[in-house]
Amino acid sequence: MRKYRGVDYYALDELLSEDERLVRDTVRDFVDERVMPSIGMHFRNATFPNELVGEMAKLGLLGANLNGYECAGLNNVAYGLIMQELERGDSGIRSFASVQGGLVMYPIYEFGSEEQKKKWLPAMARGEAIGSFGLTEPDFGSNPGGMITRATKAKGGYVLNGTKRWITNASMCHVAVVWAKLDDVIRGFLVERGPKGFITNEIKGKYSLRASDTSEIILEDCFVPESALLPGSKGLSSPLKCLSAARYGIAWGAIGAALACYDEALDYSKSRVQFDRPIAGFQLVQAKLVGMLTEITKGQLLCLRLGRLKDAGKVTPQQVSLAKRNNVHEALKIARVARDILGANGVTDEYQCGRHMCNLESVYTYEGTHDIHTLVLGADITGIDAFR
Amino acid sequence: MKIVVCIKRVPDTATRIRIAPDGKSIDPSGVEYVVSPYDEIAVEKAIQLKEQLGAGEVIVVSLGPAEASKELRTCLAMGADRAILLKYAGSSFDLDPLSVAEALADAIRPIQPDLVLTGWKAADDDHAQVGQALAVLLDMPCLTFVAKLDVAGRTATVHREVEGAVEEVEASLPIVVTAQRGLAEPRYASLKGIMAAKKKSIEEKEIATRPSRLELRKLAPPPARPPGRIVGQGKDAVPALVDALMNEAKVL
Repeated sequence: MRKYRGVDYYALDELLSEDERLVRDTVRDFVDERVMPSIGMHFRNATFPNELVGEMAKLGLLGANLNGYECAGLNNVAYGLIMQELERGDSGIRSFASVQGGLVMYPIYEFGSEEQKKKWLPAMARGEAIGSFGLTEPDFGSNPGGMITRATKAKGGYVLNGTKRWITNASMCHVAVVWAKLDDVIRGFLVERGPKGFITNEIKGKYSLRASDTSEIILEDCFVPESALLPGSKGLSSPLKCLSAARYGIAWGAIGAALACYDEALDYSKSRVQFDRPIAGFQLVQAKLVGMLTEITKGQLLCLRLGRLKDAGKVTPQQVSLAKRNNVHEALKIARVARDILGANGVTDEYQCGRHMCNLESVYTYEGTHDIHTLVLGADITGIDAFR
Repeated sequence: MKIVVCIKRVPDTATRIRIAPDGKSIDPSGVEYVVSPYDEIAVEKAIQLKEQLGAGEVIVVSLGPAEASKELRTCLAMGADRAILLKYAGSSFDLDPLSVAEALADAIRPIQPDLVLTGWKAADDDHAQVGQALAVLLDMPCLTFVAKLDVAGRTATVHREVEGAVEEVEASLPIVVTAQRGLAEPRYASLKGIMAAKKKSIEEKEIATRPSRLELRKLAPPPARPPGRIVGQGKDAVPALVDALMNEAKVL
């Protein structure tokens, strides 16, 4: 297989440090050698590539931007580059890493007790424990504050009741960060697989993120000990903080998916001959390719600046919303145009643009839908909240 | 045990090389550089040996431009302990292999290594001379094309790939070994390794190299493959095809 080369039209590599480039190149090679050969088959068969978990952990990809507890302690730009390269492979692989690192390890790191951190973070960095994040419910997606799941105090702990849906990694997880209302305040609970009343069911029939485990979690009088409560979590802002952390990675990841599609479309158009010349020589195809390149370059600039702001501790959630909203939207358009350039070949899984196109439909919706991010930004610039 | 590994920064083997207008160098624009693949195998083997023995030091040495610090950093991220960069601003094509070996030997001698590893050839100029020259200059035995290496105490056992066979050789340390494919499978640098590498030292040294005793006259791309020829159609073409394969292509 042809070795993948990134797209760097604006010489952004010069703005990366030596170790940031080294991280990116290492993950790039890993994706080429370990993810690409089998990801198409996993997507077709709707299986998660379990065999890659240990390898990703060994590389240090899980919770890579956390410090201590066996985590790599990378800055946020390097972390973003990891997400970009993983999603260049497949959104499902990136989702796995996002959830493990941004939605499970991060809340434990941020809201957990020292005991919880010591118990879970090293095991999760090593890939020995897999985590999931249960916030969304069947009837509460964009409006998580209305959640039905309840925790009630019981002797020595809490009893949880409710249903969580669209939960990445849930069927294979060892521990779930479950958000539930305790006396009407949203709190986070570390629910280990094992206790009675913790049931997971995989959601079948997806045409998107097929190489990812998407499940529902049913909590039926599920008892958890006192030590399960994340002491620092309080109110809706806690899970939203986690989502902002993961969403940052998605903004980068979307570029990865777009890069894969652009690379494939460019390569294809140069070798596909119609009317006695490569289709890359036609003005309409060139316009499409140039449009892709332009949006990729803009997305790269957004993310790099966003990452530097995050590293400086100056980023706002709305800035993350803007990047997630823009980059996923553009990546989805790029995937569709790539499919168009590939013609009939684009609808088979022999090529990757169709897989990315289907995946990005989920990415467009999860972690704050495109429309919700529009309203978040609208509220920010007008001072008028349109949905609360 | 002290292990020195000599590495070279070379254009990525997947890069499409273009010759510069001077006809004596390659156009560097758009070229990505990597650790020469056989050298990378040598680095991996050195790290594995250190890990097996549970002690020792792996020192990576490279002669090249200031930018070669990136390749040295890669080796440090894989697990090497420290690095030495012998800075040379010119093109590597301007140096003859003996000059390279002399500069490397001067840097390696004070380290007093037990083992010196390097790739059997660099992926750019394909000279395949530096390892052997280095061994002479360091007054150590040289084992070339090594596909297997075990060290027990002061004794190394190696498998050398020779024409149609494998030669098993035993040698007393210190020795110079040139790595062939199969000696080790280079690992990915882990992210923790990359972070740790930031704290490891790359010692930079200026070197004086004498003028090359080889003169590079010209670089030229390999000749384009001649177009194919249709010898005929259907079964009537079989005799002509057999004749062409036997007498022209000489493959039958």
